[in-house]
Amino acid sequence: MTTNRRGFLKGSAALGAGTMLAGSGLTDFARAWAQSTQWKPEAGAKLQILRWKRFIQSEEDGFMKLVAAFTKATGVAVNVINEGLDDVQPKASVAANTNQGPDIFWGLYSLPHLFPTKCLDVTDVADFLGKKYGGWVPTAVTYGQSKGKWIAIPVAYNANVINYRQSMIEAAGFKSIPGDTAGFLELMKALKAKGTPGGFALGRASGDGNAWVHWALWAFGGNLVDKNDKVTLNSPETVKALEYAKALSDQFIPGTASWNDSFNNKAFLSGELSLTNNGVSIYAAAKAGADKDEKLKVIRDDMNHSLWPVGPAGKPTEFHIAYPMVGMKYSKFPNAVKAFLAFTMEAENHNPWLESAVAYLTHSLNAYDANAVWKSDPKLAVAKDASRRTLTAGGLGSVGEKAASALADFLVMDMFASVCTGRATPAEAIAVAERQAKRIYR
Amino acid sequence: MSDAIPAGKTAFTAYAPTRWEMMTTNRNFLGFWFMLPAAAFLILFLVYPLGLGVWLSFTDTKIGTPGSFVGLENYEWIIGDSKFQTAVFNTLFYTFVASVIKFAVGLYLALLLNNNLPFKAFIRAIILIPFIVPTVLSAIAFWWIFDPQFSVISWSLRKFGWISGNIDFLGDPWNARFSVIFANVWRGVPFIAITLLAGLQTVSPSLYEAATLDGANKWQLFRFVTYPILTPIIAVVMTFSVLFTFTDFQLIKVLTNGGPAGSTELMATMSYNTAILGGRIGEGAAISTAMIPFLLAAIMISWFGLQKRKWQQGSDND
Repeated sequence: MTTNRRGFLKGSAALGAGTMLAGSGLTDFARAWAQSTQWKPEAGAKLQILRWKRFIQSEEDGFMKLVAAFTKATGVAVNVINEGLDDVQPKASVAANTNQGPDIFWGLYSLPHLFPTKCLDVTDVADFLGKKYGGWVPTAVTYGQSKGKWIAIPVAYNANVINYRQSMIEAAGFKSIPGDTAGFLELMKALKAKGTPGGFALGRASGDGNAWVHWALWAFGGNLVDKNDKVTLNSPETVKALEYAKALSDQFIPGTASWNDSFNNKAFLSGELSLTNNGVSIYAAAKAGADKDEKLKVIRDDMNHSLWPVGPAGKPTEFHIAYPMVGMKYSKFPNAVKAFLAFTMEAENHNPWLESAVAYLTHSLNAYDANAVWKSDPKLAVAKDASRRTLTAGGLGSVGEKAASALADFLVMDMFASVCTGRATPAEAIAVAERQAKRIYR
Repeated sequence: MSDAIPAGKTAFTAYAPTRWEMMTTNRNFLGFWFMLPAAAFLILFLVYPLGLGVWLSFTDTKIGTPGSFVGLENYEWIIGDSKFQTAVFNTLFYTFVASVIKFAVGLYLALLLNNNLPFKAFIRAIILIPFIVPTVLSAIAFWWIFDPQFSVISWSLRKFGWISGNIDFLGDPWNARFSVIFANVWRGVPFIAITLLAGLQTVSPSLYEAATLDGANKWQLFRFVTYPILTPIIAVVMTFSVLFTFTDFQLIKVLTNGGPAGSTELMATMSYNTAILGGRIGEGAAISTAMIPFLLAAIMISWFGLQKRKWQQGSDND
């Protein structure tokens, strides 16, 4: 089995077809838009954009179509570079430090907050878009703003949800994923008893791993820092979260301690895994391969997605990936940068793009609740609320460089992994993480 | 140095060469000029980055913000950090075990290949393959071999009925350490084997003949003829091997990224994660600067090993 989340998505062709027909319309719109926009690109402007390498082919196709329309309408040549998800941040950091490199970076979480002084002020673009499209979701404001100014456009989110096999949870005596943490533990126990265990990544998986351990931490009211960035990790709530995660991980399929972001995709698509957390890309890969592979067809028809159970904290504590796009201050063509950022978010461009991403991307502007993708397939509908249910990197604290540093150090991830693999007691693991956190947040 | 007398000047007047003439003809100056490109290259690409790295380790520089001098603060912090302590232990353990195994296997292979085998050239070429394959590619191959669900090793052993469940190669701390060491050994053996083979071929057959006439057995041939002559090459090749292993990065980054929970974290990967991904350049520089004493020690050991060799052979003890 070689299909993984980077798998091609031929099954989405049907969905994409509507987009293709609109091709000429898109160019017409783009021309008109270029005439009327308040951001006129500089003469001879050229843009270089560095983005994360797509996980779903049709999403990239949609993006490139939008880029082509922009070039046609404005005459600005756009060069798009693709880098692995984990490589965007180091490249952007180096560019920010040396004041040269791509004009726009499309990265994750708090990337722009690593170097807020190097980001182009895009407050005018954000205000324009917010007014026109029903306002930004609250977390988009958190991710996009620094000291009251917009330093990035939070283009989209990626929902990280529970992927499960309906037949297997039914065999274990459940109809759906329980809405509370206690019930969820029972489900995991029953799944293991039936010989069809689930599992979450305990290796250094920056996407899936961070998503589930932060959910667990927050679900029990634990927090790395409070709203003043004071370290509050050492708390009874954190101990409870670690104990719960330990109990949960005792029910996992063997081997999760070495899982990175793609292991659970492989295991789920091979039929060996009944439940895991992931974007909707496993489903996309199953749909793509269903015509040729009977096993994938079974998985496509059987699998479904669910939002995360709510813990004692009493509210959703999910951690979805944010994808902000940031223009760099050193760019010679700031107007072209702003024009591009605004252009991607305009309905005529953004709607077909969201559709081409088949729910891999969730919108950050309220008006796109009406996007067709949310009605296209009931199994994808859960991703619609990702941007509203997610907490931000850093939890209660700021989304700045400190939160990014803690994520890059796998501070919370390692704390959970060392407890779940039995190498440390909750108290020991908390002590190690707390010491590190205090240094980062000093 | 004798300077030529330019035409048009008589030999009787005391001749003082111009500065330009001195700089272009004086041997010492010429030596300086010829060394300059090499020196400039070394200063630009070795001394400057090394010096900058050491300087950064004394500052609290972060990506995007120039730091200020903080003295030994970074070092005080990392020495007390249990993750750093684990990384130092892992690095030393990884280097020591991998180097010993690589040496043993490499020497054994070299001795085998030094015999008259059919298709000798062909076999020698094949031995080099692991060394030629890009590290990242071999790391990805091992990634599949060590997969918790789809490992070919687990699968084969299960088919034989020797084990019931899959082996957790990279999930258990010690399994993970030995798995990455195995991958490193696989990659490093050819370099040692081929270099030692080259050394073996310089041993004159007449020495073996003389020893054989004296009644030496196979072990004695190796111990008293091959080994002493090979020692300088062993010292050089092992120095390189230890340096490469100590600074290994790619294998770990691809296979485990330092996981599970830091149990395969090396100083090199930790430095990268801290400085480039975490943005704390000063602290990351301190971690990589902390590697220097270990590397110096490795170089010193082989340096003195070489000197001892000279002394054994009875030449000047310089």
